[in-house]
Amino acid sequence: MANSSVADQEGQVMLLGFWFSPFVKRVEWALKFKGIEYDFVEEDSTNKSALLLNSNPIHKRVPVLIHSGNPIAESLVIIEYIDETWKQSPILPEEPYERAMARFWASFIEQKVTEPTRAALFSQGEQQEKKVKEIKEAMEVVEGEAKAKLNDKTLFFGGGNGVGYVDIVLGWTCNWMETIEEVGGFKVLDPESQPQFHKWMANFREVPFIKPTLEPKEKLVEFFRMVRQDRLGLVANE
Amino acid sequence: MAEEEVKLFGTWASPFSRRIEVALKLKGVQYEYIEENLTNKSPALLNYNPVHKQIPVLVHNGKPVAESFVIMEYVDETWKHNPILPTDPYEKAMARFWAKYIDDKLWPAAKKVVMTKGEEQKGVIDEIQQQMKNLEGELKEKKFFGGESLGFLDIAANIIIWLVVAQEALGMDPILNEEKLPVLHGWLQRLLDDAVFKECVPPKQRHLDFSKVKFGSSIASK
Repeated sequence: MANSSVADQEGQVMLLGFWFSPFVKRVEWALKFKGIEYDFVEEDSTNKSALLLNSNPIHKRVPVLIHSGNPIAESLVIIEYIDETWKQSPILPEEPYERAMARFWASFIEQKVTEPTRAALFSQGEQQEKKVKEIKEAMEVVEGEAKAKLNDKTLFFGGGNGVGYVDIVLGWTCNWMETIEEVGGFKVLDPESQPQFHKWMANFREVPFIKPTLEPKEKLVEFFRMVRQDRLGLVANE
Repeated sequence: MAEEEVKLFGTWASPFSRRIEVALKLKGVQYEYIEENLTNKSPALLNYNPVHKQIPVLVHNGKPVAESFVIMEYVDETWKHNPILPTDPYEKAMARFWAKYIDDKLWPAAKKVVMTKGEEQKGVIDEIQQQMKNLEGELKEKKFFGGESLGFLDIAANIIIWLVVAQEALGMDPILNEEKLPVLHGWLQRLLDDAVFKECVPPKQRHLDFSKVKFGSSIASK
C-alpha cells in the first residue's frame, strides 16, 4: 500500500541512546546510511527517563527507536526494522541465502565477540582470562572470514554494495575494542595475526558517514575506566 | 520448478531442530531428516557447520544454513506461502524481539531452574514466572502469538514444552500452571493440539525419561 508506506517513512523518528554505547551507535549508522532524519535523545544511565522506561519496559535500556510513536528495542531488531521500512540503500542483501549468511555472521559476532568483550570488561583474573581466550578464538574466525571475503576491490563484508549489515554489526570494534582492551588490561587485537581485519577496521573508520560519529579514544577510555571501577568496586589507582 | 533438495540435521530431543521441523512442515516442504549423535558428530555436520559444529543445520540444494532463527527466516523467505513472520515491519520487529527474549532470557532460566535447588531455585522460578507474564502481555487475547495460526514466536516458544516436561520428570510443581498463568497455559494447550506442531515434539514418555536422566542426578532428593 503505497500511501501507508510513504506515511510511515515520514513519521517522526526518535532514537533514545547513550553517547558511549556501541549498540546505540550501530543504530545511528543504519539511520545515517539511509539518510533518515532522526532526533537523538541522550538518556542519563543513572536517571532513565519515563519515555525510555515506558518504551522498553522489559529491558529498560537503550537503544530504543521510536517511529511514529511505536517503540522498537534491541539493536539488531531495530536495524532490520529500519531496513524493511526504508527501502533506499539496502543494509541486508536481497537474496535469501545471502541474507541468511549475513544474519549468521551477525549472530556469531554477538555471541562470540560482543558478549565476551562486555564480560571481559566487567571481570578480572581467571574469569577475565577465560573471556579473553574466547574472544581471541573468535577473532581467528573473523580474520578467516575477512581473508575469504575481502580484497583490494571488496573492502567490506557488504560486498559490491559497500558497507552492509555485517560491517555495521561488527563496526563497534573499530571504536571500542582498543578502549576496552586498555581499560580492561588485556589484548585481543593483533595486526600481525589479523592483517585483513585491521585493513577492514582502517577502511571502516574512513567511511564518510561513519568517520564523524567516532568518539575520541581518550574520552571513551576515561568513561569506561570509571564504569569498570564502579562495577568491580576497584580502587582508582589499580 | 527445479528439483529441490532439503536436508535437516537435528536431534530428537532438541527444541532448536524441532523448530525447523515445524517451519518446514507448515510450508509443506519435503525434507530429509538426519538424526545426529552429538557425542559422535557426523563428518557431514562438521562440514556444513564448521564454525559451531552444532545442530540444527538446514542444507538447501547443497548450501548450509545454521542457527535456528536464521534458518527460520531463510525458510520463510525462500518458501513464501503460509508466512511464518508477519508482513508488517513493526509486527515483524515485535516477533523478533520476543523470540530473542525467549532464547536470551527464558531458555537460560529454564536450564537453570532444573539444575538448582532451595532458595536459588526459588529465585529462578520467580524470574521465569515474570518472564512468562511478560509473554502473556504479548499474547493477549490471540489464539497464537502469530494470530489465528502459528507464527515465528509460537515456534520460538516451543522451549516452554521442554521446561514443562523437565519439571514433570523431576516431580516439581509446574511453573506454568493454569491458576498463575491462565493465558499462557491456554496457549500451550492449543499449541500441543495443533496438527502440525504436535508432530514436532519429542514423544512424551521418551522425553520424560531423557529429562529424568539428564537433570535428576544433579539435584539431591527432596
